[in-house]
Amino acid sequence: MKDIIKGKAYVLGNDIDTDQIIPAQHLVYSLSDPEERKQYGRYALSSVPDAQAGLPEGNIRFVNEGNHRSEFNIIIAGKNFGCGSSREHAPEALNIAGVEAVVAESYARIFYRNSVDGGFYIPFETGEHLFTECRTGDEIEIEMKKGTLRNVTTGKVYQLKPLGDVEQILMAGGIFAYARKSGMLSSR
Amino acid sequence: MGMTLTEKILAKHAGKRHVSPGDNVWVDVDVLMTHDVCGPGTIEIFKREFGAGAKVWDREKVVIIPDHYVFTQDPYAKRNIDILREFALEQGIKYFYDVGSPNYKGVCHVALAEEGHTRPGEVLFGTDSHTCTAGAFGEFATGIGNTDAAFIMGTGKLWLKVPTTMKFVFDGEVPPYLMAKDMILQIIGDIGVDGATYKAMEFAGEGISMLSVEERMTLCNMAIEAGGKNGIIAPDAKTLRFVNERSKSKIDVIYGDEDAEYESVRRYNLKELEPVVAKPHSPDNTAAVSEVKGTKIDRCYIGSCTGGKLEDFRAAARILRGHSVRVDTFVVPSTTEVEKRLKDEMIDGESLYSILKNAGAKIADGASCAACLGGPPDTFGRTEGKEVCISTTNRNFPGRMGSKQSQVYLASPLTVAASALKGEITDPREFI
Repeated sequence: MKDIIKGKAYVLGNDIDTDQIIPAQHLVYSLSDPEERKQYGRYALSSVPDAQAGLPEGNIRFVNEGNHRSEFNIIIAGKNFGCGSSREHAPEALNIAGVEAVVAESYARIFYRNSVDGGFYIPFETGEHLFTECRTGDEIEIEMKKGTLRNVTTGKVYQLKPLGDVEQILMAGGIFAYARKSGMLSSR
Repeated sequence: MGMTLTEKILAKHAGKRHVSPGDNVWVDVDVLMTHDVCGPGTIEIFKREFGAGAKVWDREKVVIIPDHYVFTQDPYAKRNIDILREFALEQGIKYFYDVGSPNYKGVCHVALAEEGHTRPGEVLFGTDSHTCTAGAFGEFATGIGNTDAAFIMGTGKLWLKVPTTMKFVFDGEVPPYLMAKDMILQIIGDIGVDGATYKAMEFAGEGISMLSVEERMTLCNMAIEAGGKNGIIAPDAKTLRFVNERSKSKIDVIYGDEDAEYESVRRYNLKELEPVVAKPHSPDNTAAVSEVKGTKIDRCYIGSCTGGKLEDFRAAARILRGHSVRVDTFVVPSTTEVEKRLKDEMIDGESLYSILKNAGAKIADGASCAACLGGPPDTFGRTEGKEVCISTTNRNFPGRMGSKQSQVYLASPLTVAASALKGEITDPREFI
């Protein structure tokens, strides 16, 4: 896990569901084939209604046409991020698009668990109303040790909630790595 | 302090005498279900982590039910079913309901119940968020992702945090114009799409006792739409009759303790409830049908794990019988068993199938998830433009049924059928 995660923010509102994160028609691609899996990056967040895509202005594409990587590597969202389906393709699509951290007020349970156990990025929670404080494109720095988020563009600093029980799984890189490290599974 | 039903099941499966909400426990898994959308990814991780020659922990406990993208020409979707087929053969999976075979079933959550895989007191995980449907049988059932499913495939275990339980009590009898869909939409509207996040939702009361097993499945199915970890209903004689007709397994029925502690208890008087819809684009954006009646619609959809069971079509047929629909009405039986029973079950000498057909509904040629979640472009009933659809399914997020521009209202089969007859949202009481 990096000490500092730096990059540009992509800002979303409340209740972003997994159909918006990766529409169901795209769930047919292989997640292991190196070329095919790029499709998940390409369509990541493609069903967010245009007006809500990249707040506050909206109408900002998360991934540009023809690409599978996003210029935004930090997502800032409101409450209940990732509600809906259990499709692990959703956190993985964000990972394939290059997301390193999501900062939301709260998460839907299965999505949060998939983010952690798959080791796709760090899902932070915050008590702050960051999605109205930050704008899409703002430069962000997250300091892991301090548990803070600094909006470099505005100069404001915000506290993130401690990762708690899941920190060890995130540090290990996912549930399998954690289970091997802790002796639950034999090492290969 | 006593334990709730959910806590007692988890304690037993963790090998502990007592668990409390917030405890992290490793539980032994009774059944792991996967399907064509998440199965291939799960298998990839299983092989990556346990080795190319690894065997699943128990070939009789992994149940594979392709159902999502079955009747499509999409080559990737077909390839995914081939991956399941190859894996089932290689692993000697006992319960694989293959597409194109006499074993083909259709929608996994309904098929699990019909085939006797849902049993009181057990722990069921599935790679689908609506796995919580099986809580209707008095078991702990919840959805997981591919990584967790791969972990179970190799070990038969998974860690989880014991949830607190919210109790929802329905007092009084269920009136003929109300269905389980109205009851759960009412709850979701009241507590919000994240009102039960990380929590168990237990349903109880006279109203629940009156509900058929299928209707109880509708209720538990949508626990996830309030963010719930699981929905659960204590087993009774109806549950046991249903299960014993379908399963030969030894059943260890578990009940919650009298002195169990609930995080909250909410009571509803069924006499006071009205038919409910969820307006676009969220299941908690609810209104009484009476508040939105007259809203023009372009299409109706009756199908899915939550709204495509025999009881759902029986309800729709009650309204549609002898009338004609005014808008495109898509009917998708959830399973091959439902499909068969549509033709066998009669109302005054006319089969449910004929009633729906004669009313002008378009009936799908096979059982599957179909347009509930949009799917590949050639999916039956998928929205393509700015359609306004009223549907018995469980989600109406933007783009859920296909087109990002379409608008979906969620409602009971009674309300959907009544609306089909008028081409606008209609209170089923007008026809009952």
